[in-house]
Amino acid sequence: MKNAISSMQNTTHESASSGMSVSPESVALHVRDLTVAYYRKPVLWDVDLDVPPSVVAGIVGPNGAGKSTLIKAILDLVPHASGSVEIFGKSYRRQRRLVGYVPQRESVDWEYPITALELVAMGLYRKIGWFRPVSSAYRNQALTALADVGMADLAHRQISRLSGGQQQRIFLARALVQDADVYFMDEPFAGVDASTEKAIIGILQRLRAAGKTVFVVHHDLETVREYFDYLIMLNMRIVAAGPVAEVFNSENLKRTYGGRLTLLDRAVDAMGRTPG
Amino acid sequence: MMADRLLRVLTLADYNTRIVMFGTVMLGVAGGVVGVFLLLRRRALLADAVSHAALPGVAAAFMLIMAFGGNPRSLPLLLLGALVSGLLGMGCVLIISRFTRLSQDAALGIVLSVFFGFGIVLLGIIQRMRGAPAAGLNSFIYGRTASMIRSDALLIGTAALVVVVLTVVLFKEFRLFTFDPGFATGDGWPVQRLDALLMTLVVSVTVIGLQAVGIILVIAILVLPPATARFWTDRLGLLVLLSALIGATGAYVGTALSASIPRMPAGAAIVVSHGALFVLSMLFGPVRGVVHELFAHRRLARTTLKQNLLRALYECEETGEVHNADTQWTYLLHTRGWSVRELKHAVRLLRRDQAIYRSPEGQWLFTESGRVQAARVTRNHRLWEVYLLEHADTATAHVDQGADFIEHVLGDALVAELEKAVPRFGKVVPDSVHVIGSRGKRV
Repeated sequence: MKNAISSMQNTTHESASSGMSVSPESVALHVRDLTVAYYRKPVLWDVDLDVPPSVVAGIVGPNGAGKSTLIKAILDLVPHASGSVEIFGKSYRRQRRLVGYVPQRESVDWEYPITALELVAMGLYRKIGWFRPVSSAYRNQALTALADVGMADLAHRQISRLSGGQQQRIFLARALVQDADVYFMDEPFAGVDASTEKAIIGILQRLRAAGKTVFVVHHDLETVREYFDYLIMLNMRIVAAGPVAEVFNSENLKRTYGGRLTLLDRAVDAMGRTPG
Repeated sequence: MMADRLLRVLTLADYNTRIVMFGTVMLGVAGGVVGVFLLLRRRALLADAVSHAALPGVAAAFMLIMAFGGNPRSLPLLLLGALVSGLLGMGCVLIISRFTRLSQDAALGIVLSVFFGFGIVLLGIIQRMRGAPAAGLNSFIYGRTASMIRSDALLIGTAALVVVVLTVVLFKEFRLFTFDPGFATGDGWPVQRLDALLMTLVVSVTVIGLQAVGIILVIAILVLPPATARFWTDRLGLLVLLSALIGATGAYVGTALSASIPRMPAGAAIVVSHGALFVLSMLFGPVRGVVHELFAHRRLARTTLKQNLLRALYECEETGEVHNADTQWTYLLHTRGWSVRELKHAVRLLRRDQAIYRSPEGQWLFTESGRVQAARVTRNHRLWEVYLLEHADTATAHVDQGADFIEHVLGDALVAELEKAVPRFGKVVPDSVHVIGSRGKRV
């Protein structure tokens, strides 16, 4: 089974169709023919993906490759010209409650009048349901999640008075209380301090151990081997997708990053240094 | 005479005053409540476009009523026309900004002016219609409460109540989607429908405000109360409550002024009252109010200055060099690059704190408590420097600046953490990482 899945990952259409023999429930994320365009300029072209469950998958590619757009298109946040998305064998719309999301930190107004605790509690709203206020039982759940990311004593602080790393942590805590099976995280490592980075890595490992599937938009090629066990290399199309050990090579990097030599050199350097 | 009149108005002695007051205060509450979310959604100017877009609807409704032989002064029918064309205008703004490359502010400008212009054209036509009591329509532009009758006030009050109840019931949902629409969508909430509902509430408040406040000024009852309340609290629930209170207060004061002073239009009086509350809050509000910020800034500047002088004196002692009054002064001036005025100010502040005193020979020396303070300040500074060097890979050259800024705001908890992070120093003052006095010429 494992081999069947990884053999699908060369993403040419022939090899993708050979993967059809895999039962759809065993695929955490299935994307077929996803195309996104802003006005007439295409951003993502014919994206096909089949990702097995219980992996932490990095999404890498140069600026403008459509990494965030891929996540947003999967989550129906941007309209797509064509394509379908399935989570564990059923259409995304029917599986929404299985999905958790960590948007980019810059996507919200941090001057918004709200405390860390209130922000984290937002992840519980769909469990609480329409119209009802947040009861103390739910508030305690949010507090526990805050403690999980090392922010217990800042629960009642205004979000504008948190550092960038702390803001990223409460975004993660909000996703954790969503209690999802599949997570999408848009650049959680961007601009965070070293201790937050460590905290995030710890959370990713815990999620994987709990059998969750996590997708992480990522910039830093040097840490790919360390953080992820699955990799999606993107440049408007899927260049390669599969277990890191199989797809993270200089050939695929060249195809993903094209002529951007400095970056490429750094990445090749990094691969030389990292064992395995 | 006027005081007597004002008293009668304020105590709602007259039936007419009671009616008008009820209408405007309910309007103020509704505007305050919905306005909070309108501002958080960053759509304040949309309300302006909507109110201007309502004019052709009022005019068209008037013409239709005339054509069918109804009562052309019927407020519900005129407002129905306003509602339809207001929603139409808002729809145009959203469509233009979504499906073309024009940004929303351009779309707002286009819709506002074109709809309003069209409304004026229709008014011109109405004035030439025979037997049409067109004069009443002009009052929609600037607002006129005098014409408000009991049924009008009840209509306004009911609509305002519905708006407030809906906003309170959907408080959690509105908070979610106005803060993070992307997350809310991913979480499965119908964000577009919630947004449409919020905007419908905004349009409703705008429309019921047309009669009292007028097309041009109605945006004020949606924008000013929440903006004013923002200077008093950081809590969203309290913000909504305060904004409602402020909206009601402004409406009450404005209406009272208008009723007691002849020819004072109510809409303008209400807006001016709101404006006064806003200016007061901006100046004196505890949450980022101007005065509050000024004081906080000055306090920090003073603390910084005092601590810098304490450390300079402490480090001067550490060098073991003997100074007379003149060489000490020169040393202090050079070591931190102070101007004479700054140094004198710093000395004055420390002397007032009884941290230093002047010796008979004219040097500045520590008092007992001053020396304790100075040792603590110097220690914190150096702990921070060492911490930055060892834990943050900061170049030595930049360390002192970083330490300079942060040390003045270090709390006890942070200092304790620093001690844990750099444990080898215990409770002593660690040596400086660079040569003391190296930035100035030693005398």
